[in-house]
Amino acid sequence: MTQNNKSSVTENMGDGISLSRRNLLKQAGCVSATVLGVGAGGAASTVLAQGTASPRQERIPVREAFETLTARESEILDALVSRILPSDENGPGAHEARVVHYIDRILAGPAGNLRELYASAIEAVEAYSGSHGGGSFTALDEDGQDAVLVAMEAGDMEGFPGSSAAFFNLVRTHTIEGAFSDPYYGGNRDFIGWDLLGYPGVRMGSSPADVQMGEDLPPSRQSAYDMAPYTKDPVSRPAANGGAAHGD
Amino acid sequence: MATELPRTQVVVIGLGAVGGVAVLPLVNAGIRVTGLEAGSWLSTRDFAPDELRNNIRDWPQSVGKAKQEIPTVRPDDSSVATQGSGHPMMNAVGGTSLHYWAQSWRLNPWDFKVVSETTRRYGVERLPKDSTVEDWPLSYTDLEPFYDRVEHAVGVSGYAGNVKGTILPQGNRFEGARSREYPMPGLRSSGFTDMMSDAARKLGWHPFQAPAAINSEVYGQRPGCFYHGFCDRGGCHVSAKGSTAVTTIPEAMKSGLLTVTTHARVLRIDNDANGRATGVTYTRGGETFFQPADVVLLASHTYENSRLLLLSTSSEFPRGLANNAEQVGKHYFSHHQGAPVLALFPHNLNNWYGLPAQGVAIDEWADDNFDHSSLDFIGGGNLWAHTDRKPIAAGKMSTFGKAPTWGKEWKAFLMKNADRYNVSYIQKTTLPYEGNYLDLDPDVKDALGLPVLRITARYRENELKIAAFTQDKMEEWYRAAGATDIIRAGLGNTMGASTHAYGGTRMGDRASTNVVDRFGFAHEVPNLGILGASVMGTSGARNPTLTAQALAWRTVSHLLQHWQSIVG
Ligand SMILES: Cc1cc2nc3c(=O)[nH]c(=O)nc-3n(C[C@H](O)[C@H](O)[C@H](O)COP(=O)(O)OP(=O)(O)OC[C@H]3O[C@@H](n4cnc5c(N)ncnc54)[C@H](O)[C@@H]3O)c2cc1C
Repeated sequence: MTQNNKSSVTENMGDGISLSRRNLLKQAGCVSATVLGVGAGGAASTVLAQGTASPRQERIPVREAFETLTARESEILDALVSRILPSDENGPGAHEARVVHYIDRILAGPAGNLRELYASAIEAVEAYSGSHGGGSFTALDEDGQDAVLVAMEAGDMEGFPGSSAAFFNLVRTHTIEGAFSDPYYGGNRDFIGWDLLGYPGVRMGSSPADVQMGEDLPPSRQSAYDMAPYTKDPVSRPAANGGAAHGD
Repeated sequence: MATELPRTQVVVIGLGAVGGVAVLPLVNAGIRVTGLEAGSWLSTRDFAPDELRNNIRDWPQSVGKAKQEIPTVRPDDSSVATQGSGHPMMNAVGGTSLHYWAQSWRLNPWDFKVVSETTRRYGVERLPKDSTVEDWPLSYTDLEPFYDRVEHAVGVSGYAGNVKGTILPQGNRFEGARSREYPMPGLRSSGFTDMMSDAARKLGWHPFQAPAAINSEVYGQRPGCFYHGFCDRGGCHVSAKGSTAVTTIPEAMKSGLLTVTTHARVLRIDNDANGRATGVTYTRGGETFFQPADVVLLASHTYENSRLLLLSTSSEFPRGLANNAEQVGKHYFSHHQGAPVLALFPHNLNNWYGLPAQGVAIDEWADDNFDHSSLDFIGGGNLWAHTDRKPIAAGKMSTFGKAPTWGKEWKAFLMKNADRYNVSYIQKTTLPYEGNYLDLDPDVKDALGLPVLRITARYRENELKIAAFTQDKMEEWYRAAGATDIIRAGLGNTMGASTHAYGGTRMGDRASTNVVDRFGFAHEVPNLGILGASVMGTSGARNPTLTAQALAWRTVSHLLQHWQSIVG
């Protein structure tokens, strides 16, 4: 995806008007991936491309439900994590890897205690962007957005329960986790993160040749939970194995 | 009121690495054993190659008891203790041997005799000031037969360096004499470890693949390692790792003499007016039970071993069981295994599928393997260059000062360097000191309302000097292998909750400075045996588990030989 596409996200989704415009477009059946700013290569754009072709699939919502983030929060957060791990000429980044979906799911689950922190941090980002950049964070250009992150990282932003630097570290950590964890957890869409690192993916084993230097393994493109032994589907469950098969 | 259960001969508290080994010689001798384990059974299906779950979330599917009782830590008495964010131990049948790295070292003979050997070679004044170190009440040779038994029971792969005095070049030439070879050859090498071995030889050092409780070939019913690389905080998907959950525990269950009770959380060890242990009280599913037993074996890992004793107060033991001499919690230390060196190489290393136990070791700078005459410390460190890389960790890699930590340049840096760095693992001699100890935290409680443990401890000069010295050696090694950039981590501070934790119930002949006798039975409570690294008085320069397992086997062997006098 190109930088232009992403700019169109921020422009078109920077206020409530563009949202209703999006709905209008959608109902009119003339949605394009570019207008919606969903990156090429992402599965979401595939859905969209199919959507324009088939009236039935067209009704598939563009944005899946978030567990806890509001739509507006998700846009601001998406723009923010996209500055940490940007999409650029080197390839897709946090946006395409759907890091925000990863964060949404942890905030609704194991990191639920951080939900309020994220809410106030996002508000603080908006307030700072308004007073220093003259608009919403999502409406700033890349340099303007980066300036907000620089201030946040330096601990110079107000409105955070702790230091803004601590929140920066947190969201950076979550960006890394979202981009590079198993796709099962909602991020690392299409193995974008693993490809970025050159990680050939989870495997059940490796041969002596696989671990020689200079060896270039093809990516496995599997989630751990695509593998039969770990699926939680009882139908495809293998017989319990080894000495670990004792009941409770 | 606690429901009283039928009597058993031996109750074992905790079926982890150590308790899980102890049950085998007991049932082999026809003894009825009840194992009380806070966690549950896990199967290979629970061991998906999932870095987020293993390394970031610390296995949420298990009981998580350890996480409810994370110790508080402070460097000394005058500082405020704060609770850390994690506890590395596992609650499940097999305990931490499910998700440990499985490096399975024997200690060096020197580690058993630090006081007398240092005095003999360099003079008594070379013993670090304030250290409470004592010689162990046994020697390497006393423990050798038990090392051998455990190596064969759980299955250890490795190359002997010294069989009955004959030095063998493929193994560790500095190790104590072994009675025979390992049951399996060592784990395989990789391109990266071969490169490190070549560099070490250029320096005149003697690299070798260190021992691991991971099958390098089929062993009994279990296959050889698949090398998929998720050992670190991950259970083995093919049971090639010699966790007690797939070795000694199922083996012991075949006898019909071992009853495993899962989700049983022991609250206290009870005693009678004569100061003898009568059994244990535990909670399971909201109910409280009393399990009477002839002998109690405490094997709940170093931190919980001290905590359970301190929580078990009675009129005979007002300060906690076996603690009238006030030695429970004393001589605590956690292994100085931090202070790593990071290296960046100018080419990919292809380390994505390595195990942490698959690597190459250098032992010339460990223990007393080198002359300390002109140095100002005793002991040393084992240098370990290992494979093992996973994507989230790679995403968090240091940028070596070459790029910012976010944005476009960071992304470009990651794309180029994610497979080009390595982090050393250096395990260093760590000693017990006056003022380093465990007790109950006065304020912080676990989910049951019981106080968590408080760690008051910091590394002292001897540990920090070893750290600096071994970092020099590690840097020399990485540079010889072609590393272009090196970062040295800080030398260390507090001895926080650690994967390698020692002391608190130290073993020794003197009852005034030790909790258990030379066979592992409490000086003050004759039918209470204590198993685990909590009895160890020195760390050596290598992981503790095989030694703790060998000591446990020896304790059981003593019990079996002296059953009548111990049971009374
Ligand atoms: C990530 C990691 C890597 C490691 N790598 C190595 C290595 O390579 N080599 C090595 O030698 N060591 C290694 N270690 C250390 C090793 O795991 C420990 O030394 C070893 O497991 C200690 O054995 P244990 O039986 O004392 O404790 P554990 O194995 O932790 O077992 C204790 C058991 O007691 C149970 N328990 C605790 N409290 C209670 C209670 N109140 N009631 C009932 N049950 C209870 C627990 O649930 C657990 O199952 C590693 C540790 C970690 C965390």
